[in-house]
Amino acid sequence: MLIKKPSDIRPSEITSKANYLNRREFMRAGGIATGLALAGPTLSAVVPDQRRARLNDVRKSAFSTDERPNSYEDITSYNNYWEFGSGKSDPAMYSGDFDPLPWKVTVEGHCNKTGTFDFDDFIRPFELEERIYRLRCVERWSMVIPWVGISLADVVKHYEPTSSAKYVAFEALHDPTRMPGQRQRLLQWPYREGLTIAEAVNPLSILAVGVYGESMPATNGAPIRLVVPWKYGFKSIKGIVRIRFVDRMPEASWNMAQPNEYGFYSNVNPEVDHPRWSQATERRIGANAFAPSIPTQLFNGYGEQVAYLYDGMNLRKNY
Amino acid sequence: MEKLRQIRLIWKPLVFVLCLLPAALVIGDLFEITGKLGANPVEAMQDRFGTWGIRFIMLTLAVTPLRKLTGWNWLARFRRMLGLFTFFYVLLHFLVWLLLEQSLYFLPWREVSPTIIEDITKRPYITLGFTALLLLTAMAITSTAGMRRRLGQHWQKLHYSAYAVALLGVWHYWWQVKQGADNAIYYAAIFAVLMGFRIYYRRKRVRPFFQKSLTPTETRTSGTS
Repeated sequence: MLIKKPSDIRPSEITSKANYLNRREFMRAGGIATGLALAGPTLSAVVPDQRRARLNDVRKSAFSTDERPNSYEDITSYNNYWEFGSGKSDPAMYSGDFDPLPWKVTVEGHCNKTGTFDFDDFIRPFELEERIYRLRCVERWSMVIPWVGISLADVVKHYEPTSSAKYVAFEALHDPTRMPGQRQRLLQWPYREGLTIAEAVNPLSILAVGVYGESMPATNGAPIRLVVPWKYGFKSIKGIVRIRFVDRMPEASWNMAQPNEYGFYSNVNPEVDHPRWSQATERRIGANAFAPSIPTQLFNGYGEQVAYLYDGMNLRKNY
Repeated sequence: MEKLRQIRLIWKPLVFVLCLLPAALVIGDLFEITGKLGANPVEAMQDRFGTWGIRFIMLTLAVTPLRKLTGWNWLARFRRMLGLFTFFYVLLHFLVWLLLEQSLYFLPWREVSPTIIEDITKRPYITLGFTALLLLTAMAITSTAGMRRRLGQHWQKLHYSAYAVALLGVWHYWWQVKQGADNAIYYAAIFAVLMGFRIYYRRKRVRPFFQKSLTPTETRTSGTS
């Protein structure tokens, strides 16, 4: 099922000739299998090293919602990214100088293939897909965001986890010189998160590298971040530098900071309140001040895809 | 006497308009005349009204220490107005929560069931804020000269709850954020200083900076201190 997606920004409005380099065409022209590695530097980048670079060959996905996406401005000016400060306008205010590339991603732990990869080499083996997902923050606001990303299931399979890999742990960049929020001990840096292997290979899980068909803005976790739309926003770790296959439940930053308020699973659930506030409803960002709050859905409305992961689990206990 | 007239006819109306300004700006931003409320207008309105409520209770409680330090007794003339503006901003903060955040869910044609009563009784930070509002309401109702006369000694006792309002306000602010306290810590510090002054003053009479010696009128304190 292919659904035509409404988009506020048309590719033609943004793509300049200069950065319009079709990846597939280029590979067809010069991509001899053995030459690929040697041709590394000249190979056109999947995500070009520039702000708001156009991403090519992005497939649509049946997992996308047909709800109206939030504006690019809302998405990039109102969010949490404590690496740049704890206020919701801090990422927009303090990430202006943050240039993510060059960027390395390390894969390690219980898997057959390990190593440290340049960002572009890390994502090159995988298909780019647009996924328009709802995002529900634990603070009771929500958005609809047209991510561009790669399937986390494909990434996991690619690195061939062994049978002792029960969880996937993620770690974000720790660089206080570039991320002013890390100069304060707001959280224990680096930010870290984790999923069970089953959650990681769920078809909804993606590693996002862009928004609105363009490279990921610094405000939202450039160059690469996790997106798990059935969990509260803080699970979707930004600026990932390390992926580790582990046999034990890994540490998660908010759980470490306030274990009685934030659990490992952190699935969106209107029935399980935050100790200090109700999670029954949410404010949709971009809605008029007089518009009613909307009811929050179990698993943020993605129950059909993910409910099986928690069969028989007490969701009140495993919050 | 001339000075009192001046305060009543010129300064009071001026301060009144000044105190209304923050509310006017929020409303102006809501309708995008003076600016914008941003991506989450309901949250922004609650934040701004609530913050002004805390600022006004701190200003109200700052009157007496300032008066004693400076000897400017005319400051006391503004205390009731500042207290009533505290009530005004806290009430607006509450109404935004009740009408917009809770989206009038108490109306029969709204689909989602209301969590209003549950939130007030079960969420400690909302209980704190609501208690402060009740105290402010009681003080606002009894703020007239007639009420003050009628209540006699009880009036003073009731109006000592201004301290409780300040404490509850800061606490409420502190608890509602995800983690850490953002600006709540500054208001906690201001509250501590204002209370610290009072404790210090009880032990030791503080002389106004600008006066050589205390006159009998300045040593006598009246009303909430």
